[in-house]
Amino acid sequence: MKLNFENINKITINKDLLLDCGVRLDKFDIAFETYGKLDKNKKNAVLIFHALSGDQFVTGLNKVTGKEGWWNLVVGENKPIDTKKYFVICANVIGGCMGSTGPKEICEGTGKPYGLSFPVITIKDMVKAQAYLLDHLGIKKTLAVLGGSMGGMQALQFCSLYPDKTFTAVPIACAASHSAQNIAFNELARQAIMADPEWDSGNYISAGKVPRKGLAIARMAGHISYLSEQGLQNKFGRKLQEDKGLQFSFDADFQVESYLKYQGYSFVDRFDANSYLYITRAMDYFDLYKANNGNLSLAFKNTKIKFCIISFSTDWLYPTSESKKIVIALNSIGAEVSFVNIVTNNGHDSFLVNEPKFLDTLKGFLESNYEDFKNEN
Amino acid sequence: MKIEDNVLLDLIETKSRVLDVGCGDGNLLLILKKNKNINGRGIEINQQKVTECLSKGLAVIEGDAEKDLVNYPDNSFDFAILNQSLQQFYNPRKVLNDLLRIANKAIITIPNFGYWKVRLNLLLKGTMPVTKTLPYNWFDTPNLHMSTIKDFYFLCKIDRIHIMKSISVTDNKSSNINYSNLNIKNLISEIGVFLITK
Repeated sequence: MKLNFENINKITINKDLLLDCGVRLDKFDIAFETYGKLDKNKKNAVLIFHALSGDQFVTGLNKVTGKEGWWNLVVGENKPIDTKKYFVICANVIGGCMGSTGPKEICEGTGKPYGLSFPVITIKDMVKAQAYLLDHLGIKKTLAVLGGSMGGMQALQFCSLYPDKTFTAVPIACAASHSAQNIAFNELARQAIMADPEWDSGNYISAGKVPRKGLAIARMAGHISYLSEQGLQNKFGRKLQEDKGLQFSFDADFQVESYLKYQGYSFVDRFDANSYLYITRAMDYFDLYKANNGNLSLAFKNTKIKFCIISFSTDWLYPTSESKKIVIALNSIGAEVSFVNIVTNNGHDSFLVNEPKFLDTLKGFLESNYEDFKNEN
Repeated sequence: MKIEDNVLLDLIETKSRVLDVGCGDGNLLLILKKNKNINGRGIEINQQKVTECLSKGLAVIEGDAEKDLVNYPDNSFDFAILNQSLQQFYNPRKVLNDLLRIANKAIITIPNFGYWKVRLNLLLKGTMPVTKTLPYNWFDTPNLHMSTIKDFYFLCKIDRIHIMKSISVTDNKSSNINYSNLNIKNLISEIGVFLITK
């Protein structure tokens, strides 16, 4: 795949960003896209946070890959997040690989890509960087911050850090901390990348190499965790690639094998292996419980933000029980919280596919709150 | 607007915090929001209805009150409303006491099994009554614990729940119930509405 990084829209923020790890960035780049128009009164901004493998190209064409935006189904004209109505903003997270400051960008001091010399970042760092972007765009308070998976974690973190910067929040298919199982899956992915000799201790870009196998395996493991058992069974079952039956070899006999390989290797074309390490690490470190002495409610004390928590019944990566914990924490401090658990076979990936009940809920929640936000003084 | 909604509206104080348990499509919460400027929340088991509530700007949680009420802190609401669903819980007594833990006051409405038409239905036909307020056959009814207004008084007595107000609703008319007219109201009321506290 030919990637075109020249069209990336980015700004350099010339402000200090003190990272959780203690390192201070004196400036950083944020690559972002906007869709729709900002109202005169600036009350229709929706900040979308992307997930692990996502980027700023929410809808329309991805300027780098030339493919469809990752949330084309949800964002666009006359879609649930209607860009005729809302001003949609999405930024590449720092640590990412679509133009924001990250391990594949050139370090000014050395003239080489950062690689592993890039500081370890956290969800909080990502969110702080995006708050600077809102300042740059002149938006004091968004109508909504939202996202699925790691995007949902960023939404939670944003609400905790900036209780006055958004009217509503929709954390989707996420959790307030990474479970042992979540960390285990991410570690599997990282080990796969680092075991690839082409990874070259993280210096593969300078060495002109690509750790294709490692990153592909990492993505395959991820993909299994995004789908439900029933979903996989319904889609592939034991269906074979060839009509001739089993080949008695280790090539892809089963359709599910070839599907995983395709997902893995197509990912390598557009994603940076070191970014995968950094972003999964950020997710693993995310723990809003611990950050608040074990009491999640404290993360949202006195919040006026209206929350709509959405989970999916067959999501075993971020199960409904995790979303319920967030609901309980918000409820116990009298926050305005709504909750919906969508019954589906599509597992964690449900927020990325056509799930009518999910889309109806999202649309209805945003629309009614848009009216309320406009009338707010 | 239904007569029951009007009766409930009168009982709720302006600007109070209200939890509507089993809020359905959110109609009552919306009425209360418009007329009494309440700070309302809902619990509803049917996801489609929750989605409907959200599109009306209401804060509603999809859940089963029987399991989820324990997660609400003490005294977090001024009023909890349980509109004609007490009889549908496995453990209505526990739900009732939970409501009074969460809220200062609760408003409970029940279809009255002591209503003369219900009694006559059973007496003459010899089958489980099917009426306007009890429209189900015995084999597919969600109603597990039917009671009369008098029965409700009895439970309140043994659980030391104070009935602040009790209202009889029949054919779009409402009237007050008290100890002196309890027997007759138990016979002529289709629905009983109770404002209770502990």
